[in-house]
Amino acid sequence: MSFLSKVTAKPWEHAGEMEGLHGELVITRSAGRTGLLMFLAVISSMFLLFIISYYTRSRFPDWEVLADPGILWFNTAMLILASIALQIASNTARRDAGASLRNPMLVGGVLTLVFVAGQWMACEQLVAAGFYARGNPANAFFYLFTGLHALHLLGGLWFMILLGFRLNQPGRKEKARQTVTLCATYWHYLLLVWLVLFTLLLRT
Amino acid sequence: MSYVAIADRDHEQHLHDPQTFITKYIWSQDHKVIAIQYSLTAIAVGLIALALSLVMRLQLGFPDTFSFITPEEYYQAITMHGMIMVIYLLTALLLGGFGNYLIPLMCGARDMVFPFMNMLSYWVYLLSVLVLCSSFFVTGGPTGAGWTLYPPQVILPGTPGVDGGIVLMLVSLVLFIIAFTMGGLNYVTTVLQARCRGMTLMRMPLSVWGIFVATILGLLAFPALLVTGIMLLLDSVLGTSFFMPALLSMGEISEHEGGSPILFQHLFWFFGHPEVYIVALPAFGVISDLVSVHARKNIFGYRMMVWAILAIGVISFIVWAHHMYVSGMNPYFGFFFATTTLIIAIPTALKVYNWVLTLWRGDIHMTVPMLFVIGFIFTFINGGITGLFLGNVAVDMPLSDTYFVIGHFHMVMGVSPILVIFGAIYHWYPKITGRMLNDTLGRTHFWLTLFGTYAIYLPMHYLGIQGLPRRYYAMGETEFLDASTQAMNAGISIAAFFVAVVQLIFLFNLFWSRTRGKPSGNNPWKATTLEWQTPQTPPVHGNWGPELPVVYRWAYDYSVPGAAQDYIPQTMSPADVPKSDDSYDGGEGEHS
Repeated sequence: MSFLSKVTAKPWEHAGEMEGLHGELVITRSAGRTGLLMFLAVISSMFLLFIISYYTRSRFPDWEVLADPGILWFNTAMLILASIALQIASNTARRDAGASLRNPMLVGGVLTLVFVAGQWMACEQLVAAGFYARGNPANAFFYLFTGLHALHLLGGLWFMILLGFRLNQPGRKEKARQTVTLCATYWHYLLLVWLVLFTLLLRT
Repeated sequence: MSYVAIADRDHEQHLHDPQTFITKYIWSQDHKVIAIQYSLTAIAVGLIALALSLVMRLQLGFPDTFSFITPEEYYQAITMHGMIMVIYLLTALLLGGFGNYLIPLMCGARDMVFPFMNMLSYWVYLLSVLVLCSSFFVTGGPTGAGWTLYPPQVILPGTPGVDGGIVLMLVSLVLFIIAFTMGGLNYVTTVLQARCRGMTLMRMPLSVWGIFVATILGLLAFPALLVTGIMLLLDSVLGTSFFMPALLSMGEISEHEGGSPILFQHLFWFFGHPEVYIVALPAFGVISDLVSVHARKNIFGYRMMVWAILAIGVISFIVWAHHMYVSGMNPYFGFFFATTTLIIAIPTALKVYNWVLTLWRGDIHMTVPMLFVIGFIFTFINGGITGLFLGNVAVDMPLSDTYFVIGHFHMVMGVSPILVIFGAIYHWYPKITGRMLNDTLGRTHFWLTLFGTYAIYLPMHYLGIQGLPRRYYAMGETEFLDASTQAMNAGISIAAFFVAVVQLIFLFNLFWSRTRGKPSGNNPWKATTLEWQTPQTPPVHGNWGPELPVVYRWAYDYSVPGAAQDYIPQTMSPADVPKSDDSYDGGEGEHS
């Protein structure tokens, strides 16, 4: 049933028909996934507004392009690999109910930490080269973007650690395995955000 | 992988049963307790904002009389008053309070889908309130830059609160947005995923629709405030220049360079205008339900009401720059935003017509909630029409920054939602506590509040047309304002004090009726919606006893021809509806 047909229904005409039993309310998506999709919409709104601000501010005459540290390419590769590792964990959770998810999740987590550490190093390199946040808005935006993106990844990492504990608890194991898919989705999304930000930083 | 509705996964809802006093009333994950926590905190901080408004009115009504109100304190009072009222009272109470209480009950769920996150939402909200209030106690006090926090003034030396107040304000806003996001994700997901069987989207009460769409607006619009808050914080603390231009301040060249204050304004109002509807849409929804229940008539044009809520939600994102006509913009932009502002008036007016048409030939019960409904409709029409004036560039230019604007937005954004909140509290208090609020005190509270607020805000329109500018600490001698202006300002101040004192009647009623009010029974208003069909009043943890409700009809079956009673609960199947010669006891259940 499409959203359009739902909101054009005439509810006063169908008293007694329990449409929820076999119709609309047989939900094909978990509450966790719906919540995650809404959360991604919130993050998208935030980064989109940052990007608009970045674009607007970059058209002012005082804007000075900053050097792109080479380590960013390495970091990007790490995040791509982390995303792949979590996708493997997600596939394993769906395919094989008994298989261990420990290794792919551990690899994903470690690669994410490497990415965050790499971003920190990139910032340090820029500061060492004299690109201070207060020196130019281009510098400030770089630190802002990388910092906020890393913060979201660290939040995800914290959630993944909790998930790791739940995977070892008999009563919560099954639900936790389903949640691994959400974890992978979140990582893919943050990879996409980073690719957009990285492209933006490279082009301006 | 396929999932079934939470309604069919009932066993999962018992994971957070409260075991101790602490988990039941403090670290509670029950949506009803969280709603009350949100509401009490919002009302408490709202009372602080009310007190601040009285400080302002003392100064404006009787300048040069109260030496303890300095210009700095005056500006701090107006700033904190505005921010607290808009964000920490109205948004928190309508969504955190009513949203939390009503969504699971009206949708037939046992709780929010993420109860732990819901609990966190309240505690982070409380933290944001404490951080905000702590700015009263730091060196220099809270920020006095006006609630819009416009740069460059907001972080320049000489502005009150530049030492620490502004930082605390911004940190508090960031915390509030985090809290709102945690709560908002819960509200949206619960509406989408945890409705009981039979509760289709178009059988939802309009209160839920209003809260649902307002929450989506909030989830998408609050990031704009977050973005501005973070960048302004960096401008203030690190000396970056996102918004701060190069300028000469107190005889010195500032350390900033090249920033754009106009960019701040665009971002701020991209949040700011949807914020109006984040407050208004839940109020619209609640009014729709109240008018239907107390006029004993189905809401006129239910589908149109839903579509109007959706349309207002979408259009509210493309009207923001009507707050910035005097900031300067391309004339075509001005034309565009004036046009969209007029367009958003169409679905809004449609809702007003439908409320009035619901009243038409209804069996109107002049209960206290109904009084507030009618008061709201009058007030909202007043505030809405002056909004049409201000939405037009040519009319806005001379009226901008005058008391006309103050009168307008207090009518539409202050008095109107507050009347709804009062009406809603009188309506749902019996469900929350099991007791009725005192009727005489309620009527006294209504009439004195209504006339009092009109005595405050109607004259402001006149003062604005005369040219009295807002934000001035004292006007002194001017050629364009005659002596009657000050007399009117003094009258407004007296009315403001009168209205503030009248609220003591309400507060007394709240506390007195909690223990001494008349027992309400399960469904004192004979309403159809699910929250009135709970087995116990107040509803216990889990809301519904062993079985979740099943919904057979929409939320507005009032005065159905042939039915014995003038209402048919949503949970009643067609076969069970007593005909006019049968008897039906009104679904009275156990009362705890």
